[in-house]
Amino acid sequence: MTDFIWIVIALPLLGAVVLHFFGRRFGEPRAGLIGFGMVGASFVIAAVAAIPFFRGESHGEHVFLFEWIEGLGAAASLLWDPLSAVLTLVITGIGALIHLYSIGYMHGDPRFSRFFTYLNLFIASMLILVLGDNFGMLFVGWELVGLCSYLLISFWNEKPSAAAAGKKAFVVNRIGDVGFLIALMLIFTTFGTLAFEEVLNIEAWEEHGIELSVGLATAITLLLLVGGTGKSAQLPLFMWLPDAMEGPTPVSALIHAATMVTAGVYMIARTAVLFEMAPVSSAIVASVGAVTALFAASIALKQRDIKRVLAYSTISQLGYMFLAVGVGAYVAGIFHLFTHAFFKALLFLGSGAVIHAMADEQDIGRMGGLRKAMPITHLTQVVGWLAIIGIFPFAGFWSKDEILAVTFGKGGGYYVLWAIGLLTALLTAVYMTRWIALTFWGKARFGEDVHPHEAPGSMVLPLVVLAAFSFGVGFWNTPFLPSLEHFLEPAFEGVEQAHLPEGLVPWVLAVISVGVAVVGAFYAFRRYRGENAVELSPIGKGSWSLVEQAYHVDDLVGRWLVAPGRAISNFLAFVVDRDVIDGAVNGLATAVKAAGERLRPLQSGFVRQYGLGLVAGTVGLLVWFASRGLT
Amino acid sequence: MTELILFVLFGVGALAGAIMMVASRNPVYSALGLIGTMFSIAVLYVVNGAHFVAAVQIVVYAGAVMTLFLFVIMLIGVDQPEDTTEQLPIQRPAALALGAILLIGFVVVIAAGTLAGSDDGTVVGTVEAIADELFTNWLLPFEVTTLLLVIASVGAIVLAQFKLRDRK
Amino acid sequence: MIVTPVWYMMLAAALFVIGASGLLLRRNALIMFMSIELMLNAVNLTFVAAARQLGDINGQVSVFFVMVVAAAEVVVGLAIMVAVFRRRASASIDELAELRG
Repeated sequence: MTDFIWIVIALPLLGAVVLHFFGRRFGEPRAGLIGFGMVGASFVIAAVAAIPFFRGESHGEHVFLFEWIEGLGAAASLLWDPLSAVLTLVITGIGALIHLYSIGYMHGDPRFSRFFTYLNLFIASMLILVLGDNFGMLFVGWELVGLCSYLLISFWNEKPSAAAAGKKAFVVNRIGDVGFLIALMLIFTTFGTLAFEEVLNIEAWEEHGIELSVGLATAITLLLLVGGTGKSAQLPLFMWLPDAMEGPTPVSALIHAATMVTAGVYMIARTAVLFEMAPVSSAIVASVGAVTALFAASIALKQRDIKRVLAYSTISQLGYMFLAVGVGAYVAGIFHLFTHAFFKALLFLGSGAVIHAMADEQDIGRMGGLRKAMPITHLTQVVGWLAIIGIFPFAGFWSKDEILAVTFGKGGGYYVLWAIGLLTALLTAVYMTRWIALTFWGKARFGEDVHPHEAPGSMVLPLVVLAAFSFGVGFWNTPFLPSLEHFLEPAFEGVEQAHLPEGLVPWVLAVISVGVAVVGAFYAFRRYRGENAVELSPIGKGSWSLVEQAYHVDDLVGRWLVAPGRAISNFLAFVVDRDVIDGAVNGLATAVKAAGERLRPLQSGFVRQYGLGLVAGTVGLLVWFASRGLT
Repeated sequence: MTELILFVLFGVGALAGAIMMVASRNPVYSALGLIGTMFSIAVLYVVNGAHFVAAVQIVVYAGAVMTLFLFVIMLIGVDQPEDTTEQLPIQRPAALALGAILLIGFVVVIAAGTLAGSDDGTVVGTVEAIADELFTNWLLPFEVTTLLLVIASVGAIVLAQFKLRDRK
Repeated sequence: MIVTPVWYMMLAAALFVIGASGLLLRRNALIMFMSIELMLNAVNLTFVAAARQLGDINGQVSVFFVMVVAAAEVVVGLAIMVAVFRRRASASIDELAELRG
């Protein structure tokens, strides 16, 4: 019935190919419109294909396209179920809006069409990732989005910092990918196939007589987690994401906020069956998420770059999602992924509009008062701000509260994780209020030569749409009407999920977290906006420099991992390779040359000496034959 | 008995010619000694029933080849006595020692060796017999020798003309 | 006394050794060349003697081929010698040692 779902992937892929070869000829803005059209069409098709799920008529289906690697059980087939449908709608929907926004944002860029080539390629890759029906397809998508991320982070590769950031993202992701790949090998050796149908289906295990021990399940899931931490920028592999802000802002919004970085969350939710078998892994996932959330939020408190604040905020919010899938609240995790995609894309696009208006200024210490110059942008950002700090009834409130409530409901050690989550909520309110206050409110702190202006229509429209969704999408899954939970039910069949605690507890918790958010926002407002707002201390001078410098993680990694790695590489390159291996080859040549030098006098030029040798040889042969033949 | 006389006579003649060829200072005498050796060997061929080979030996070797040698000797070397001081230190003793060992080795091998077959005097190398063999079993090698001779004569002409072209 | 082919082979051996000695001892290129001819003749004599001993005429055919090769060799060798002499005006082989290593 939904056999045509492959078109959803094919359209952006076609767009990428066409733009790659003819993009320059199309020029601006037609290249952008083609890209936008492809993704928009994909969204429409995906929405049509998702109708049966909304009606509750379908539980999902496998769409077989063609054989790929039969031995691995990895066919080119797609899994169209509610989970992948949600992700597909987010990717194509928000992707289309961001394509539209990019037409305005990338205006005048010499590589305008190239940008849309990459964006379309990214959309296609991400769809392969979420629609793949086996770990092989998942891995292909996983790597392709990594490639696109690399290409787009270093899109302005004439900037050394952008090139370095792309490289860093690639290398750090690669570390996670190693874990992921080993996990896939373990899965294959255990189940003999990579197909989701066989691996993620307890009934299939019983059919084939496979018994998954807890130890093996823990190993597999922990390795999957390693892959997830790399892609989703969780501790300890988070440090590439803030640097990824070197890319164009639409890239940050699309890849590094809404879609690619949530791949880890999706992957864990998809493999929920395996995580069910390994409670220890789940607990570790939850802990990693909670600690990352708090850690990143604390760093965000003191960042001065308008996009870096949002980058750390993204890491923090991803931490929430990991916490959710770790405690078994898969629906809540996907729900937060869903809402976060909207409001974080909104905030990023808003900051892009600000950067655009401020002539590439990114320091929020030199902004302020943009409310008057950019009224519409300001209004949308207020919506985003309220959504992320979790004010009722904005989207973030519903999803974040569900995660916290479910965590609280698990009891025991999970109270600690809940407390961390709550503290993170407080910090989130503080840093996001600081962010919006410094950017839009108060007095202007920029020079008179800067004339901020409202963004063009193609940029404002996506902002408005996203703002509307950031306000509204939370109602999809409220405690009164958990329709997303019903919607996703088929995807999590047979998985035991954590649910909201009974009775009045969720209400109390909701009041607490909203209260915390209000307190945090009020404090930050007083501190950064009110009559006695503090002066911002110069970068690196304040007493918070430890936080400002992101706890010196980059320095420590540089000192303890990169420097030894470089030393080892230098050793291998200049001692092992140049001296030992090249030395052996050169030594052989030298030996041959020296031997030739020694043997040279033998060629005396006297023919009679050669004749002597000839006769001596003849005598030798004669004696040898005689000694053999005469006996 | 006749064969014994012939063998002694021409065997000694062949050895004498060979020694004269090697020992003589004057290349012309060397060439004459070699001619004598070849003539003696031709006689021994006849004694062994190789009539055709003997004729060719006289015509080609003693006649054509040695004439060519004498021609070249007259052209280049006759008035230049060879320097007799040996410059290569071990050349002369080593050459003599190796020659002695070689001779002893040959003698021992020939004396000890047994060739199958019988000396019944039936092999007579008449022109018909040789031709019969050459143009049946050895046709291809025979034709190839013509090629070899053509190449050799062309090569000789090219080498001889080399200088002329240089001078132009 | 009956002369057997072995006698001829002995004679051929003696001639071969004399030729080899001449090749190693003399420095006149022409005489070295003649020594080689002598060695070839000695081998030819062996062929003829063997042909008689074995009752096989192929030995005499072989002599024919050796002669052809020897003739070709002489032609080319003497041409080389003439060419060298034109340049060097010396027949001593020891002076032709430019190609030493």
